[in-house]
Amino acid sequence: MEQTVRDVITRLGVLQDVAVLCADTDLYDAGMSSHASVKLMLSLEDAFDIEFPDEALERETFASIEAITRTIAGIQASE
Amino acid sequence: MIASQAELTQQLLNSGLWISSKVNGVFGWGQGFETVISALDSRITQFSEADAATSINFPPILDRSILTRTGYLHSFPELCGSVHSFCGSEHEHQALLTAVEGDADWSPHVKQTDVALTPAVCYPLYPTLSGTLPEDGVLYSLSSYVFRHEPSLDPARLQAFRMRENVRLGNQAQVVAWRQLWMDRALSLLTSLELDVELDIATDPFFGRGGKMMKANQKQDEGKFEILCPITSAEEPTAIASFNYHQSKFSSVFEILLADGELAHSACIGFGLERCALALFSTHGMALETWPAAVRQELGL
Repeated sequence: MEQTVRDVITRLGVLQDVAVLCADTDLYDAGMSSHASVKLMLSLEDAFDIEFPDEALERETFASIEAITRTIAGIQASE
Repeated sequence: MIASQAELTQQLLNSGLWISSKVNGVFGWGQGFETVISALDSRITQFSEADAATSINFPPILDRSILTRTGYLHSFPELCGSVHSFCGSEHEHQALLTAVEGDADWSPHVKQTDVALTPAVCYPLYPTLSGTLPEDGVLYSLSSYVFRHEPSLDPARLQAFRMRENVRLGNQAQVVAWRQLWMDRALSLLTSLELDVELDIATDPFFGRGGKMMKANQKQDEGKFEILCPITSAEEPTAIASFNYHQSKFSSVFEILLADGELAHSACIGFGLERCALALFSTHGMALETWPAAVRQELGL
């Protein structure tokens, strides 16, 4: 799953050198804008065929690759 | 007892303060209303003059690339006023007229122009500041009509209205302190006008589910505060002034630098002049001559 998340971020072109980002690197600190985080959210929904619930639509959910994979795993487990 | 939206609208129309246009959220203004708008604008501008803010103005249209470059269409697509005009031949003109005379949608016959309606007074300012700012940054006072496509029966939610803004660019500490100064000033001024106001953290009406994230980010960053006043509801007071800290959002797009080469930070503070006037009329009544003497004195009326 982590590789798919990295692929989605790479395709969006919002960050450089996605392959070498640590799983817990803060993506906002790495240069992701608010608008880019919205694009990332929608692209992840397409890639994983999920819908983030309202309570997940916050900064922390998309703050790192680790946070993203944890949230997606939670959504998939509850489906 | 606070008047409902419909009651307040009727009172404004009956007293000649407002003139109906038959389009929701679009009104004309009578003399009495304009007197109060001018008085408010002058009173606010006294602060700007004391600060030696540079006074400039733009028309209520702007280069539409400013909206695309700043992400306006990402955040507020439903509010945007895009300007289109006929650019065709005589034959194409006949097709346009056929649509017009048939009361049909004529949009297939017009083309997008280079301009859009200004959604916020400060937008046209930023591109003019590309380059390096003076040592202490810059300070501007400006006013214009702005457009938001949000037709509504709420008299406080207009499609076209005037904002008096002040804009500061400098380093983070300068800009944040300046925004705080204006929050204190505005609360003091509006309280002296005997309005029941409060300051609260706020968010912009970002579009869609992504907008929920944008709002969460903005709140976390304390990007926006508003002064609220009951106009047609005590439970849901209306924002009549806003205080916005953009960090380096605009300066990164337009490459506005400080003297030390770092990106500038920016903030704007804006008074919705029609909303401030509405707050006064709804609080003190439709007849200016019956307003409290202290309020009229503060406004020079």
